[in-house]
Amino acid sequence: MRKLLRGAFVIGRRDFAATVLSKTFLFFLLGPLFPLLFGAAFGGIGASVANSREKPVVAVVASQADFDRLNVSRDRFADAIDDQHVLRFMRFEPAGDANAQETALLASRSPPVEAVVTGLPDKPHLAGPVAPDGSTARQLRLILADAAGTYASPHLVVSHTDTSSAAESKDQATTGQVAQTALFFLTLLLSTMLLSQLVEEKSNKIIEVVAAAVPIESLFVGKLFAMLAASVLGLIVWTAAGAGVIASLKAGGLAALSSPAVGWPSFLALIVIYFAMNYLLLGALFLTIGAQASTVREVQTLSMPVTFGQVLIFGFAATAIGSPNSGLAFAAAAFPLSSPLTMVARAAEDASLWPHVVAIGWQALWVALILRVGAGLFRKTVLKSGPRRTWWRLRRA
Amino acid sequence: MLRQAQHERFQDSDAVEATDLVKDFGATRAVDGVSLTVPTGSIYGLLGPNGAGKTTTLRMLLGIIDPSSGTRRVLGRERPLEAAQEIGYLPEERGLYPAMHAREAIAFMGALRGLTLREARRRADVLLKDHGLGEWARKPIRSLSKGMAQTVQLLGTIIHRPRLLVLDEPFSGLDALNQGKLEQLIRNEAANGATIIFSTHVIAHAERLCERVAIIAKGKVAFDGRVDEARARLRPIVRLQTREHDGPWRSAIPATSRTEGNTFVFELPESGPEPLLRALIDGGAGIEALAIERPGLHDAFVAIAGEKTAAAMAEEKPQ
Repeated sequence: MRKLLRGAFVIGRRDFAATVLSKTFLFFLLGPLFPLLFGAAFGGIGASVANSREKPVVAVVASQADFDRLNVSRDRFADAIDDQHVLRFMRFEPAGDANAQETALLASRSPPVEAVVTGLPDKPHLAGPVAPDGSTARQLRLILADAAGTYASPHLVVSHTDTSSAAESKDQATTGQVAQTALFFLTLLLSTMLLSQLVEEKSNKIIEVVAAAVPIESLFVGKLFAMLAASVLGLIVWTAAGAGVIASLKAGGLAALSSPAVGWPSFLALIVIYFAMNYLLLGALFLTIGAQASTVREVQTLSMPVTFGQVLIFGFAATAIGSPNSGLAFAAAAFPLSSPLTMVARAAEDASLWPHVVAIGWQALWVALILRVGAGLFRKTVLKSGPRRTWWRLRRA
Repeated sequence: MLRQAQHERFQDSDAVEATDLVKDFGATRAVDGVSLTVPTGSIYGLLGPNGAGKTTTLRMLLGIIDPSSGTRRVLGRERPLEAAQEIGYLPEERGLYPAMHAREAIAFMGALRGLTLREARRRADVLLKDHGLGEWARKPIRSLSKGMAQTVQLLGTIIHRPRLLVLDEPFSGLDALNQGKLEQLIRNEAANGATIIFSTHVIAHAERLCERVAIIAKGKVAFDGRVDEARARLRPIVRLQTREHDGPWRSAIPATSRTEGNTFVFELPESGPEPLLRALIDGGAGIEALAIERPGLHDAFVAIAGEKTAAAMAEEKPQ
């Protein structure tokens, strides 16, 4: 027993020292900071997304007097319960062709229109993708009764339409969010593999043979693109399988889903491109970080902070959903590491294609830059090529 | 054939020229002003104890690392990686992908050096067969013995028929039989026109194979030249056994001589063997045995690098 404990102590002491005395342990120690940062950032981001997304309204086609009466009642309800849960009204002057006006309003994107109310005050009519006994219709009945000064619910005629701009906007935001989340998780799955990519070469000493035969950049690019090819293959298989599942569960298949702003073919193509760019950007970074690790233990120590870093980037990109033209969305699209996730969400919500051309070029530039810096760092720190400089010497240089 | 043509094209120049190579790792100077010249087609040995700077020098010559200062010219190019397709390199610490098949491992190294995968596989098959490993071609490296794996790596080093072969401690870890095979392979490659540089801390290998050697100690080149030039730095050694213990003949023996049992050991005087013999016979020494030995590379190494360095090398684990 004593022998066993002594042996365990010797092994434990070595493992402890190997872990704690490694450079990567510093990242591990910084780990708890990431959830704090993450929480703070997401608190702000969540609120920001909620605030920045344009709130859908119920368009009221009525005279100013009728609208004011309705709105006063609406405000009374808003005082009594949370304002956020009460319908928002926006007045529109009645036009000559009522049907055409209703169709135009339901298609309006700024602000997104949830439904259209006409026929005030005597023959109220609600049109939109709403159910006669749904919350929109029920709330409207109460507000109308209050405006009319009666206890009885007025007779509200509800005409159901297939869609409205608000519903479509919501669907597209959801599509963007789903695409963004899917890309995030796929990249998350690959990050640990990328971190450990060079450990095999380093532990097998093959790195010397490779470094003597080809530039280190070739090693980096080769590894990155091999993993990219494997993961794109995976993505295609998963997308096809997903489409198959949708087709079997929902009549009409993909076409029956709400179309992203750029249309399904372009959207799917952009998903693949942005997945590749997201993978290459984060992959080049992770390969660089992972190249500094010599053992699987060090890779494991690096995994946690790297994962939190990814989540933080994902959170930043999520701010763009619902408001693709906001300043924050622009910042998320401009920051190289969050750019692909931001832009894939934009593709779901905004039809213009030129921003994608610019973004892909920008992202490609950063991939090249990170790879170059990563390969240089690898030469310096792992192959010990060239004099090592400490940071204070670098600053003085 | 191609290598022969390339060899002819470059035969006038040296395969490797290094001038004042310095390499610092932080505050440690691993290589301190190494200059050496390796003639095309020669077998060149880098001799020195572990930690002398041999591997670092080779890594700089190969372009794996850049020197802190100094210049190098390899196969006519200042950037060694530009000549990578004409260079073969066997690192000191051998490494192969354990899951890769022997044939694929060799072909992979050929492909790294510019061969098409198809051609590399074809050559790998031939090489494996020629070296008695044909039946192991499609076996993973992890299933091979250490000696076999080393042979596979060596075959991967020569698969592209390099003009310059750099071998870092190639005999390390090999048994006597495989050491012999490797020596023969090195001779064959040199006979086919390749320039060979190998590092070793075992002088016997260098003595058997090399035409030229560089002796490195503490990051500096103590000697760079032909093996016979190194030997010529020392006078031949005389070993003498006599019947008589004293007499007039003793004046013929230098004062610096030492005794090993009943044998006198001393450098042959500059006047040569004849006056020495005459003095011994005329002085009545009663010669029982007399040998005049040409100094070996080890003696030259001791004289050049110093007793301490030689002792350090001798203490290293024999390979």
